[in-house]
Amino acid sequence: MSLSDAEQLNEVVKPPSKLFKNLTAKIAAIPMILTALVIFIGCTIWTIYHSFTKSRLLPSPDKWVGLDNYERLWSENRWIVSIENLAIYGICSLILSLVIGFCLAALLDRKIRFENTIRTIILYPFALSFVVTGLVWQWILNPELGLQNVIRNLGFENFTFDPINNAEIVIFGILIAGIWQGSGFVMVLLLAGMRGIDEDIWKASRVEGIPTWKTYIFIVIPMMRPVFVTALVIISAGIIKVYDLVVAQTSGGPGIASEVPAKYVIDKMFQSQNLGLGFAASTMMLLSVLVVLIPWAYLEFGGKKNG
Amino acid sequence: MADTTATTFEGPSGPKPKRAFSSTNIIIYGTLFVVCLYYLLPLYVMIMTSLKGMPEIRLGNIFGPPVEMTFEPWVKAWAEACTGINCDGLSRGFSNSIWILVPSVFLSIAIASVNGYALANWKFKGSEVFFTILIFGAFIPYQVMIYPIVILLRESGDGITNVMQFFWEDAPRFRLMGSLWGLVIVHTIFGMPILTLLFRNYFTSVPEDLFKAARVDGARFWGIYFRIMLPMSLPIFVVAMILQVTGIWNDFLFGVIYTKPETYPMTVQLNNIVNSVQGVKEYNVNMAATLLTGLVPLIIYFASGKLFVRGIAAGAVKG
Repeated sequence: MSLSDAEQLNEVVKPPSKLFKNLTAKIAAIPMILTALVIFIGCTIWTIYHSFTKSRLLPSPDKWVGLDNYERLWSENRWIVSIENLAIYGICSLILSLVIGFCLAALLDRKIRFENTIRTIILYPFALSFVVTGLVWQWILNPELGLQNVIRNLGFENFTFDPINNAEIVIFGILIAGIWQGSGFVMVLLLAGMRGIDEDIWKASRVEGIPTWKTYIFIVIPMMRPVFVTALVIISAGIIKVYDLVVAQTSGGPGIASEVPAKYVIDKMFQSQNLGLGFAASTMMLLSVLVVLIPWAYLEFGGKKNG
Repeated sequence: MADTTATTFEGPSGPKPKRAFSSTNIIIYGTLFVVCLYYLLPLYVMIMTSLKGMPEIRLGNIFGPPVEMTFEPWVKAWAEACTGINCDGLSRGFSNSIWILVPSVFLSIAIASVNGYALANWKFKGSEVFFTILIFGAFIPYQVMIYPIVILLRESGDGITNVMQFFWEDAPRFRLMGSLWGLVIVHTIFGMPILTLLFRNYFTSVPEDLFKAARVDGARFWGIYFRIMLPMSLPIFVVAMILQVTGIWNDFLFGVIYTKPETYPMTVQLNNIVNSVQGVKEYNVNMAATLLTGLVPLIIYFASGKLFVRGIAAGAVKG
């Protein structure tokens, strides 16, 4: 028996084509494949490409203008205000929701009574939509009839807190609403991470006589690093998407004081008929996501391959 | 876990019982009490405002309970509140939302569960690549993909019309853009990453031997899915349903872009009612409308309890 015979035998045993192997599974996965390729990759590339064209009312793929849209975008005051707002909102909401979420999780972790009830109360805003959240806080922060008025009636006549009407602090009004809605979710995430920590760590630290708060800061937090990173990524992704909250609570006002990039994009595309600018702005949003996502993906998946 | 193992011991166990009123406990419970008040405050204000008459609201005590309770704002919000020229209240938005919700939830879960099943048990060349794209796609801002999807929906609507007219000359124009079906497709697409992840992780944890035994008995792809996987994983289907119902009900962005004013979902209509510039602001009606819109997710949240937490944690921790 020669070598070629063995090869021939191999040929016969081989299935007719690799393409038809596992065919039902492939057919069943067509929606997923289409979504991945057409929507997530195709549409993203389409938008990036068209951000370099002079599209106004309709997309015009052949009017190539290079970086024109980006130059106009960054020279427009409204976009700069949007970016500043996003930066203030983003940094504050990231820090506050992590700090508040962690403190609440630590409190709930102390083996207290009514834990389920308290968790239910803290988490319920997360079930509500941003529209509902925005409208409730719009009403509570109403300058004439809301919180400000109540505190003034209590005797503090000079008390001023009117984020809905005051362009200087309007973004903090939105921040309050955003924190109210989302901090419960961060708490649940961090609590799950905290429960994953070995009970022996606590025993050891008790034996050593380390105070509880020190154990949290120097032992528990470093051990929870992966959970914190996950929470960070999820919160950041949510912050960049923030849109409905602003639309409902302030409609971007007063003036343009509470505009955010997500709203800028939608307004440019569907109201001012300036598609090119909208595409450029959304590409900038994508870039900012990548800035967060790529280091995370590198840490999360790149590290595993090496180790 | 530590708790369950501790209970198997007979007799007294665990640490020495603490005094109920130690200073630490007072601080902990005191803080949590104040925190709970802060989180409950908006719900309380919503309910109180929606039960007051306008004269009482103008007195300016939003935290006070109503002196004269009235349900009129609720009736008005449901059946009479105006958006633009339409004055039939939120009821239309409610029925639109239901019509969007039911097919979206069904379709997205059906597709994602089959995806997850194929990814977990029937891996093929490239399946992991598509899955990775899907997961990373979940982080792309919707704004990047919104406009091309408008074009895709419009074009495929026209395509379907052409095909139908090829067979039947008088076929009416079929629209995907601006119709409920377009929105259903959009919800299915954007729900896919998180749901696929959820189902994939769950099906991976189903014992491999069960799957192999069914294969030996001659069951194929769909047979195993319907006879074994589906009945075994009802809890995860409930979790997925909770996730999708609240998510789709609360959606605003897709609703405002992919539907017309007649088919606006409830959230969009609510925003238009409250933020409309014409007329006197009726805060009690606004709050009643806001509560009505928040009611569906709230009921689901309070009824589902731990499953809701499990849903968001399952989606988040591993994503």
